[in-house]
Amino acid sequence: MKKLINSPDSVVTDALAGVAAAHPSLSVDIANKVITRAGGPVSGKVGLVSGGGSGHEPLHGGFVGYGMLDAACPGEVFTSPVPDQMLAATKAVDGGAGVLHIVKNYTGDVLNFQLAAELASDDGIEVVPVVVNDDVAVQDSLYTAGRRGVGATIFVEKIAGALAERGAALGEVAGIASEVNQRSRSFGVALTSCTVPAAGKPTFDLGDTEIELGIGIHGEPGRHRGALAPVRDIAAVALDAIHADLPLTGDVLVMVNGMGGTPLIELYVAYNEVHQYITGKGARITRNLVGNYITSLEMQGFSVTVCQLTDTLTDLWDAPVDTPALRWGR
Amino acid sequence: MDAAFFRAWLAEAGTVIEAQRDHLTQLDAAIGDADHGINLARGFTAIAAALDQAATPTPGSVLILAGSTLISKVGGASGPLYGMALRSAGKSLGSSADASLENLAASLEAALAGVQKLGAAREGEKTMVDALAPAVAALQKAISEGASTAAALSAAAAAAADGAQATVSMQALKGRASYLGPRSVGHEDPGAASTALIMGALRDVAQLHAP
Repeated sequence: MKKLINSPDSVVTDALAGVAAAHPSLSVDIANKVITRAGGPVSGKVGLVSGGGSGHEPLHGGFVGYGMLDAACPGEVFTSPVPDQMLAATKAVDGGAGVLHIVKNYTGDVLNFQLAAELASDDGIEVVPVVVNDDVAVQDSLYTAGRRGVGATIFVEKIAGALAERGAALGEVAGIASEVNQRSRSFGVALTSCTVPAAGKPTFDLGDTEIELGIGIHGEPGRHRGALAPVRDIAAVALDAIHADLPLTGDVLVMVNGMGGTPLIELYVAYNEVHQYITGKGARITRNLVGNYITSLEMQGFSVTVCQLTDTLTDLWDAPVDTPALRWGR
Repeated sequence: MDAAFFRAWLAEAGTVIEAQRDHLTQLDAAIGDADHGINLARGFTAIAAALDQAATPTPGSVLILAGSTLISKVGGASGPLYGMALRSAGKSLGSSADASLENLAASLEAALAGVQKLGAAREGEKTMVDALAPAVAALQKAISEGASTAAALSAAAAAAADGAQATVSMQALKGRASYLGPRSVGHEDPGAASTALIMGALRDVAQLHAP
């Protein structure tokens, strides 16, 4: 295993120390593993808390700041955080207007946030959870744990964050978060697996000409194994799956996201194909993101997330944001 | 069985989990994200530290502290589920300084109920329930047949191990493995495997302490 770390056991705490040193706009409680805005809670504003396993950076800590999250809880690598962290984060961001929990739909995340919300309620803080479940690769049925929360998490955090920054009430903020989730779909493809530091070797093996289709973000095997093909064809598989579930029409926000190990030059090659496919369907990409936003350590691959926009959602997407990973308008 | 017995059980479970850590991680790599062994090992280390630092005079207090520790320290789905299992078992044992075999059986039934309430899994969905439910049933059957403590817990451990093996041919309907759909077939569920190890530790401690 060749990683730029000191030791597998200290990866998360060392990284948090690095985040704290690099970003004075953040307050990083390394011992309790909670990242908040340095200025403290904003009185009268709904607080936004999210969290999840480490290894997906910049998600979520990189999205803490004006116009987006108030707090992020990083767990061990690919492991959801614990209720104590989420409770501490919830209390830290409570400005008296309630707190929104943005929960990616994984059993661990859902259970731990559920336990935390009960504890917060005991302490008199109103918490509303919104579950993100945009991944079309998984059937949402009685026969699965439901669709995974992937790329749309960023859209939810940005748009709900903007509305909260304008002083909207908890119900409204939760409503728009839910709306963004419902209007978004994602599909991911891996060219390689990744190596969890504590495991010491790749989670699964992929041959030189194999790809995994329909991946999540934790380095687990995907839904199907396929043959390496030009990215034009791979993008078409991803977008066919998205389009079949949510027709690509009107104005859309598109994210072509790197899984961590794919160079930007390749992400732009992929974006070109995605752009041609979507405009070929008659939709217009009016906003986009290209880069590493929700990653799986050093996995090579990409995911596409598409959100059907409205004027309101576009306006909130454009609203000022000031976080380590997304910054505009300020 | 007194508090010392239950502390010994958790210590033995920790030893076994640590020894099988890589195996459990391998199982979880096949149909998950390769962190089950790591997470549980961390959890049981935390349990050992917690039991060292706090006074736990009753069996119930031992299991409740252990369960709360797992919830606080492990994360993932395993933390809440195993934590809830131990907390539910501990609560069922009340404040008595000693637990009979019947009390123990009732506590494992409560553990199963706690897990199923939180995680909503039923038997046959390729989860820890597929090891725990057969163990509880085998234990109750052994008790009704008048088995000794050691023999009854041996039957429970065997049923848990058989149950874990039976998950190999199941398709996962819960948890991360469910995203794989049919690809999850042919692999043992890591949660069922670790549950079987924990029940094996209970059998082993019983053979030493309460024959």
